[in-house]
Parts: sequence; C-alpha cells; structure tokens
Amino acid sequence: MAAAIVVHPQSLDLRYYLRIIVQETRYEFLKMLRAKVFSLSSIGFPVMFYLIFGLTNHHVEYARYLLASYSCFGMVGASLFGLGAGIAMERAQGWLELKQASPMPRVVYLVAKTVTCAAIALITVACLLILGLTLGGVTMSIFEVVKLIAITLAGAIPFSAMGLLISFVLPPNAGPGMINIIYLPMSFASGLWMPIDLLPHWIQKLAPTLPTYHYAQLALNIFGYAEPGTSMSLHWEALVGFTCLLLGAAWLVFTRSEAKA
Amino acid sequence: MTATTFASGFQIEPLTHHTASASGQPIARLHSVTKRYGHVTALDNLNLSLYPGEIVALLGPNGAGKTTAVRLLLGLIAPSHGSVRVMGNDPRNAETRINIGAMLQVTRVPETLRVREHIDLFRSYYPNPLPASEVVRIARLNGLEDTYYGKLSGGQKQRILFGLALVGNPSLIFLDEPTVGMDIESRRALWEQIRALAAEGKTILLTTHYLEEADALANRIIVIGKGKILAEGRPSEIKHHVAGRRIRCITELDMDFVRGLRSVLTVERDREAIVIKAIEAEHVVYELMRNDPTLRNLEVSAPGLEDAFLALTGSVES
Repeated sequence: MAAAIVVHPQSLDLRYYLRIIVQETRYEFLKMLRAKVFSLSSIGFPVMFYLIFGLTNHHVEYARYLLASYSCFGMVGASLFGLGAGIAMERAQGWLELKQASPMPRVVYLVAKTVTCAAIALITVACLLILGLTLGGVTMSIFEVVKLIAITLAGAIPFSAMGLLISFVLPPNAGPGMINIIYLPMSFASGLWMPIDLLPHWIQKLAPTLPTYHYAQLALNIFGYAEPGTSMSLHWEALVGFTCLLLGAAWLVFTRSEAKA
Repeated sequence: MTATTFASGFQIEPLTHHTASASGQPIARLHSVTKRYGHVTALDNLNLSLYPGEIVALLGPNGAGKTTAVRLLLGLIAPSHGSVRVMGNDPRNAETRINIGAMLQVTRVPETLRVREHIDLFRSYYPNPLPASEVVRIARLNGLEDTYYGKLSGGQKQRILFGLALVGNPSLIFLDEPTVGMDIESRRALWEQIRALAAEGKTILLTTHYLEEADALANRIIVIGKGKILAEGRPSEIKHHVAGRRIRCITELDMDFVRGLRSVLTVERDREAIVIKAIEAEHVVYELMRNDPTLRNLEVSAPGLEDAFLALTGSVES
C-alpha cells in the first residue's frame, strides 16, 4: 500500500474535463430551473412586462422596441441573480467550499453558471419572440431573429462578470433585495424600459457609463432604434471594456479575501 | 499540583508507533503550521502527520482549530507559516484532490437536485469514481435516490454528504464533525461505515467534540485546544486521563496528605470542602475514609470532557 501513497499529478485527458463541464452545466441548469423563485422571476418578469407594456393598444413600435430591450433585461437579470445571489448563497452555506475541496476546477463552476444564465435568458427571448411575432404584430427576418438571440446571449459574459463581482461584495445574507437596487435603476437608466430620449437629461448623460446602455443599444439597433450618431463597434468595445473592468475588480476582491482567509 | 501537571500527564505519552500501520511516510502532513486570521491565531506552530490506514480523531472544543486544520489539508486555505503536504503534493493543486474525499460542515446543499443527481454530478469530478449504486449502499440512501435534497431529513442530509465524500473512491478522507445533528442510531451506523472504510485501507481524519466518538473510531486521538496539540495517543491513553474522577468532600485531612495519595492529580480548596482530581477514585476515597471518619458530603463525579479541556487549555495559557 505504501507505494500507492505518493500520487503524481496525473495528466487528465480532455474527455475528463469535457465531462465535468457538461455535467456541471447540466445539473446547474436543472437546479436553477427547478428553483422556482429564480426561474419564475428571471423569465416571468420580462415576459409579464412585455405582455403589459409591449403588446397593448396594437402599438407595433412599442412591441418592437421592448422586444429588444426586455430581451436584454432578461439576460441581465438572470446573470445578476444567477451568479450574484447564487454564488453568495452557496458560499455562505458552505456548499461552495465542498465543491472547492473536490477536484472540479474552479473555472468550471463559473462557466456552468454563466451558460445556465444564458440558457435561462434564451427561454426568455424565445417567449418574447413568440409573443412579439404573434400578438405584437412584429415582423422580423430570420436573420434579425438570429441576431437578436446572439446579441442577447453575448450579454451573458459581461453581466456574469458583474454578477461574480456582486457575489464577492454582497454581504452573504443580503439576498436579492440588494441586487434589485443595482439591477432595476440600472435597467431604467439604460433605456431598457422606455426609450432613453424620454428620460430626464441627466440620466441620458449618465447612461453611457452603464454597461446595460451599450448592451441595449446593440439590441435596439436591430430594429433601428439605436441612438442616432453612435457606432455599434464603440458599443461592443465598451462591453468588452466593462467585462475586463468587472472581472479585474472581481479578481482583486477575490485575491484579497483569499489572502485574509 | 496545578492544571499544568494534569495536562502534562498527556504530553509525556509516546507520540508514535500506536498502530502497526502508523509507520513509514505520512500520507498527509502539517509541518509547523501557523494560521492567523487577523489577530486571531487559529493554529499555532502545529505539527500533524497522518499515516496510511489509520483513523485519527482530532478532538477539541469549538474554536480549537480542528476545522482550520482540515481546511488547510484540503488546500482551501493557505498557512500563514509552515507547509502542508498531501501525498507529496500541495493540496491547493486540484489534481491532488482526486484522491481525497471530504465531508465538511455544509448548512445547505442545493435543494432542487435529487440524491441520484448529486451523486452523478460528483462522480463526474473523479476519473475513477465508485459506481453510483455503491455510493447509495455505503451512505444508506437506498430508496431515496429520486428524492430532492430539500425533502430529506437531517440525518439523511448528513448521509448524502458522507456519500459525496466517498464518490471518488479516495484513499484519504476528511470528515469534519460527521455525526453532528444525528440521532444515536444513525451515528452508530455511520461509525460502522467509517470502520469499514478503514478496513479497506483508507486513511481517515475526523474531527469531533465527542470523546465517545473518538474513542469508538480512532487508532489515535489528537486533543487540540487554542490551536495547539495538547495531547496525543491511543484512545485508551487519552481516556485514562479524562476518565479520572472528581472527588469533592469536607474533610479534616491535610491537603498535602491528600496530594500524596496514589494517582491524585490536583487538590483544590472549594469553600469548606476540597476538590480532588484523581485517576483511581476508589483508592483515594478508601484512603480518605480510612483516615478521616468524620468525612462528609462525599461526591464523586466524572469530569466532563469540557473540564479536561479547560484544564488543558488553561495550561497552555499559563
């Protein structure tokens, strides 16, 4: 038996890692979907708002605008609650520590959560598209549908980064209330609920400092509702910049808490 | 005599050769490890080695540093000073953990996954996991495979955590307070499973604050308090001391005479009475009564483990 004691790090093959990623993501998705507080609010709120504000009075313009903006709203919500509240809770309960004590690489945990949030958002976009195309009188080409889905899902990366940062800063038992304080005003000020030119001027000036603004502009551009005179590549660059900033901040907070732990 | 002497009774015990298997290279080792959290020293220059095939119980009151030691060995935290080696590697390396299983104090496991799914997920973390049916059998979860974690009872929740610790068929297992919140029956059943694992040659470190549990399971008990090792030895050796008796009585006898009696550890005055701590209570009581017919208010009680810890930790401070 003595011979078996010293274990040299084995070179684990790609299949092993792929399997972990697939399983972790699959069960993360099942877990979140079954957690009704999360799934019903993440999918339910954008869909309910769309039914109330987007499909009323046969106003096709509203239906088009809000189809794009509520898709973004859904993705941002899923990420902030899925990662922000999810990680904070699992850490407080000791579950995250048990996972860290296993050989699962940490990054898989984050990838699984990000993909899960994207999948939840995909359900939201699908619901919104069905409602918009049937009840809302929206007409779109297949290309536009694919583009809306792709842009929405691309938001999983910056906003999961934001969720990750929130999970580190959030007091463990603060709960979703604190996230709403960030999520709702940020969505409002970025034109996710109503066109930005209807908002007070100071909010319009503030909007470009928010990642949600640039995200919304990319989605709204599909229907030609982006603010005139801004370039889409600038919005993409802004999102990349925010992602780096948020991940960097998360990394900083994480390493500092590691040093203290 | 003071508490220090009482404590030193433990420390003179030989520290090695307790079991046939406790020899050769340690499978895991804390080498002069100090761990500080801000101004709090959780572990203070602690040395701890685990040898293949032994069950070691880390015994101590809450806040003694037991969980900190386990977290260091799992690579969840880094030591402030000293080194941690597990199977010749740094446990912070994820691949080292392939051969380690851990049952930690988890207050809540995701409730919307079924028992079967939790096991299936953890199986994917290990290259050579046990079959799911085997995990179910060992953790006694038969018939509960399709139950959501949220619907399990307290004892069943502990059992699934035990099962998850074994999924990877590890050679080294850490059990942090494994029987907390369990009823007597579940506790004894878990002890059986732990013994069965040891019989397969696995090395087990468990933390507990129940002397009974350490005694029932361990080849070697390490008593820890305020981040230091206070005593280490076979259960019989540790129990021998903790199993001493506390004798309280009102007597005319001189305290120095009482101190001179066989196996007396400490004698202290408590108002009009004296309090004696002794290993062989029967002998001491016999001598007291023989020498003082007026002796009254005699009480003999077992010192709680907490008493022993108080004495031990008191000696650390002085």
